[in-house]
Amino acid sequence: MSMLHLVNKSPYENSNLDTASSIMKGDDALLLIEDAVYGAVKSGKASAMITGRSVSVMGPDLAARGITEDKLADGVTVIDYAGFVELVENNDKVQSWL
Amino acid sequence: MKLTIQVNEGPYQHQSADSAYFFARAALEKGHEIYRIFFYHDGVNNGTRLTTPPQDDRNVVERWSELAQEHDIDMVLCVAAAQRRGIVDDGEAERNGKDATNIAPGFRISGLGQLIEGGVQSDRLVVFGD
Amino acid sequence: MAEETKKFMYINRKAPYGTIYAWEALEVVLIGAAFEQDVSVTFMDDGVYQLMKGQDTSGIGMKNFSPTYAALGDFEITKIYVEKESLEERGLTLDDLQHLVWEDEDEDWAEKDSIRLVSRSELGDVLADQDVLFNF
Repeated sequence: MSMLHLVNKSPYENSNLDTASSIMKGDDALLLIEDAVYGAVKSGKASAMITGRSVSVMGPDLAARGITEDKLADGVTVIDYAGFVELVENNDKVQSWL
Repeated sequence: MKLTIQVNEGPYQHQSADSAYFFARAALEKGHEIYRIFFYHDGVNNGTRLTTPPQDDRNVVERWSELAQEHDIDMVLCVAAAQRRGIVDDGEAERNGKDATNIAPGFRISGLGQLIEGGVQSDRLVVFGD
Repeated sequence: MAEETKKFMYINRKAPYGTIYAWEALEVVLIGAAFEQDVSVTFMDDGVYQLMKGQDTSGIGMKNFSPTYAALGDFEITKIYVEKESLEERGLTLDDLQHLVWEDEDEDWAEKDSIRLVSRSELGDVLADQDVLFNF
């Protein structure tokens, strides 16, 4: 059984990404959408939170915010809404860290 | 998969309603069933037909109404949250002595039990909020 | 109900009064109690503040809904998880929180504690075990 952790706020705004990344288990997946995509930028301090985890980030939200893929931390997978649905399919439940 | 989607925030103020909408569309495109979309907290404001967004911006409310119509989706505004925030249908207007209604097409007002039932009947609950 | 019972978890992470999430989440928990699922409630991060004793809202003109937590036991909600790290970060102990209890009819209505103090890691295990997660 694995969980999809959904985070939508910037890690520089609140601690949702910190909580999600620290509580998630080995098999779990983490998806960053909306303002949380800033957490995937390699040069940002917060990217340390996602190291070693299975992290996807919403492509349309990156593009909206002017973040090019070369700026992302290693190992982050860029997906679209179809990919979001797939993540929901492949994990037993979704935990939205609001 | 049978999905229930919960939307906790109103249109425009937060991106939640947009994210929920695009997720819903993608799920339908993949052949999944949306059991219910339940609007709670300020999310009930997605159901007012009185918005006039700028011409060059998306019409969040209409988009929901169209989605509901195209795919026959049950879109529910929580009654307690709607009463608090002034989203009114005919039944609520009569019950609470309001002189107008403002509910948008494709939405209905009902109790929190609809959210719980969505959780019981669906394979996944996906919550969008702040 | 023909379906199997599901494990429902309601997660509270926000403080009361500054926003409506705490109160409207509680309304879901109360209504949900009628649906006979296997219910648990979590208080973590700022959600732990919801359970603080001695709330007096007269000065801010809002309804004090904190007495409602004491009624959770009557709604057969007996598993209330409070995260230890969240309390510690905020300089709180269980003593600062309401003492929530339920009455076990299988043991002659003996009063039992509803609050289970868990570490973040233990909470992760609890969440992993659930079927449906509600967030507000």
